Amino acid sequence: MNLLYSEIEEELRASVRDLLHDRSPIEAVLARVSADQGYDPALWRALAVELGVAGLQDPAAGGSLREVAVVLEELGRSLAPTPFLGSAVLATAALGGDERLASGERTGTLVLPFSGGAPSVRETGGRLTGRVTSVADALTADLLVVPVVGGALWVVERGFTVTPRTSLDQTRPLADVVLDDAPGQLVTEDPAVLEHALLTGAGLLASEQLGIAEWCLTTTVEYLRERRQFNRPLGSFQALKHRLADLWLEVVGARAAARAAADALASEAADAPLLVAVAASHCGTVAVRAAEECIQLHGGIGMTWEHPAHLYLKRAKADQLALGTPGHHRARLAELANLPA
Amino acid sequence: MNEADLRTRVHELLAAYPPSEVDTLDFLRARFDAGLAWVHFPLGLGGLGAPRTLQAVVDAELTAAGAPDNDPRRIGIGLGMAAPTILRYGTAEQQHRWLRPLWTGEEVWCQLFSEPGAGSDLAALATRAVPDAEGSWRVNGQKVWTSSAHTARWAILIARTDPAVPKHQGITYFVCDMTDPGVQVRPLRQLTGEAEFNEVFLTDVRIPDSDRLGAVGEGWRVAQTTLNNERVAIGGQRTPREGGLIGIVAETWRERPELRTAELHQRLLQHWVDAEVLRLTGERLRQQLAAGQPGPEGAGGKLGFARLAQQLTAFEVELLAEEGLGYDDWTLRRPELVDFNGREAGYRYLRAKGNSIEGGTSEILRNIIAERVLGLPPEPRTDKDVPWKELSR
Ligand SMILES: Cc1cc2nc3c(=O)[nH]c(=O)nc-3n(C[C@H](O)[C@H](O)[C@H](O)COP(=O)(O)OP(=O)(O)OC[C@H]3O[C@@H](n4cnc5c(N)ncnc54)[C@H](O)[C@@H]3O)c2cc1C
Repeated sequence: MNLLYSEIEEELRASVRDLLHDRSPIEAVLARVSADQGYDPALWRALAVELGVAGLQDPAAGGSLREVAVVLEELGRSLAPTPFLGSAVLATAALGGDERLASGERTGTLVLPFSGGAPSVRETGGRLTGRVTSVADALTADLLVVPVVGGALWVVERGFTVTPRTSLDQTRPLADVVLDDAPGQLVTEDPAVLEHALLTGAGLLASEQLGIAEWCLTTTVEYLRERRQFNRPLGSFQALKHRLADLWLEVVGARAAARAAADALASEAADAPLLVAVAASHCGTVAVRAAEECIQLHGGIGMTWEHPAHLYLKRAKADQLALGTPGHHRARLAELANLPA
Repeated sequence: MNEADLRTRVHELLAAYPPSEVDTLDFLRARFDAGLAWVHFPLGLGGLGAPRTLQAVVDAELTAAGAPDNDPRRIGIGLGMAAPTILRYGTAEQQHRWLRPLWTGEEVWCQLFSEPGAGSDLAALATRAVPDAEGSWRVNGQKVWTSSAHTARWAILIARTDPAVPKHQGITYFVCDMTDPGVQVRPLRQLTGEAEFNEVFLTDVRIPDSDRLGAVGEGWRVAQTTLNNERVAIGGQRTPREGGLIGIVAETWRERPELRTAELHQRLLQHWVDAEVLRLTGERLRQQLAAGQPGPEGAGGKLGFARLAQQLTAFEVELLAEEGLGYDDWTLRRPELVDFNGREAGYRYLRAKGNSIEGGTSEILRNIIAERVLGLPPEPRTDKDVPWKELSR
């Protein structure tokens, strides 16, 4: 098991980070949210087409899930408004790779409620009907990967409508998808494919959560080094130092857990489901705590709309519910580690 | 020195000293002399100057051959703290005298650092060392919470040699002969019932100048080597999944379905995740060290270990229900080694309370992480530039 970052992964991180720094600084994300603008198509083109991150899941093209995880760390750190998770992670995993999605020219998503749940769409004679609520990355999707009752997967490219929801997470809005006798193409009838795509998604989401937690910790440390009250920097007060030391330890743990999950998924290790359950139940909670501490330790400014901390809290909390809550993943663990109720 | 050379050396040792035929001590001495004790140590001092990561190759070969180990003294004060300090600051003569019997376990070491008035604030220590007419040192003072002082042959000791300078500057580092008539060891019973540590009274103890480690007045710097190694030694062990305390608890859970409740199940799963995350964190740190990129995670290892050990042992007592109300044995004992896993749940619960105190408290470790890892400013200090003798005590 390799828990470190390779040189190639560090290079990838640097180029993704540079690009996000230039084209999607957090102030710009905040401005988009305030103006009720959705995803940034120019940013997506730059990421997906120029840097080629949309096709990283394909080992044949030299990619690896470990690299996908690194991109997610950076997207978590920046909250860049892109459909990467839905398209390059979930839909791509369900399709076992897809040229249309890998090029970034088109995007897709997996049509299930983001908080999890069994498929409810019905298929008869190659036509799909049903309503799926709270789907992530559906608003901009050209192509839907639709799990139907029984677990088979279909692709739908027309005959559907998407209605936006007002979402807790403003940087990854959700939408309802209605399929009305929509023509589909069968991908697979094997329900294990969907299961594996969801496992992959949950395991990699831990890396996004790590990125969120890291931003919150770093930003809070920087703020407390500068901000003075009682004639000294606030960061010199031990009550605050100890909280940050504890948070640091949690983030260090989240990094080890997220890397273990990504590495296990990438190498198709036998204990991948177990390591995903560990990472998914741990990292979601760490990200929320980091965002909560970030707001609290920023004081009044942390409570304002103009400071970006709230965007991280909203993303962290939504992510904690996404693809299974920590409690759901611990219940999985009970089976995998033979710790029955 | 590569892996193949190492294996050859191991096989030569096993051929010359067949483990089933020779005495344990003879074998351990021969292993030390073959440079297979700690391969990263220099030639002649139990090592071969090889990369530290190759030790695993040696250990695996020897275990497979059923060779005796210097375990359980592996993580003791001698191996974990005294040895790296002697290696770094000792003269060639000191290294040759102390390292071999230390590694074979023939000589036990203890650490005479803490004092009644100097625990977390170790640099405030008051034990005095004064040069005598024969060019030796005379040491007077009191040390406390000294683990293994009752079995130790040698002690690492820090004492004040210059009270007129600020507290960090006037300290010198010595090796103290525990058989000196001026050393008096009194058991100090602890909450578990046993007396694992001691009070040590030092009355006109004579230490020859040749048993000093590092320069006079440089003791604080030397002690840093000891303390840094202490933090890595505690909580830095490599464990398989479900190794350590979580394994004990998980086994009980599997074997005793009648003890299970829904509430305990939730907590067990949470602890299991925490234990696995801590294991992965330690594994990642080791990989970083092996790849030559030392990370700051080391300080966190002990902090995380202490918290988890306390949560797990508390959980275990509750899980055992009526049995948890009992205790195995309150007899005052003076164990040679702490046997954390060999006793019952109540003992583990009580002993784990020491994990967040010994070797630097969790509060002090948080200060270290906050200041040295996160770069937060220190709290204002009133004692930094004041001569030690003018400080209020
Ligand atoms: C089982 C065990 C074995 C030990 N073995 C040895 C040994 O072999 N050799 C040896 O030399 N010592 C040994 N010790 C001693 C140990 O190193 C000290 O107990 C420890 O460093 C704490 O010092 P103290 O007990 O004086 O507590 P104090 O320093 O008095 O601390 C009391 C409380 O205040 C907190 N505190 C202190 N300073 C600060 C600060 N700046 N900020 C915030 N909180 C603070 C502490 O965390 C603690 O909670 C052992 C201790 C135990 C429990």
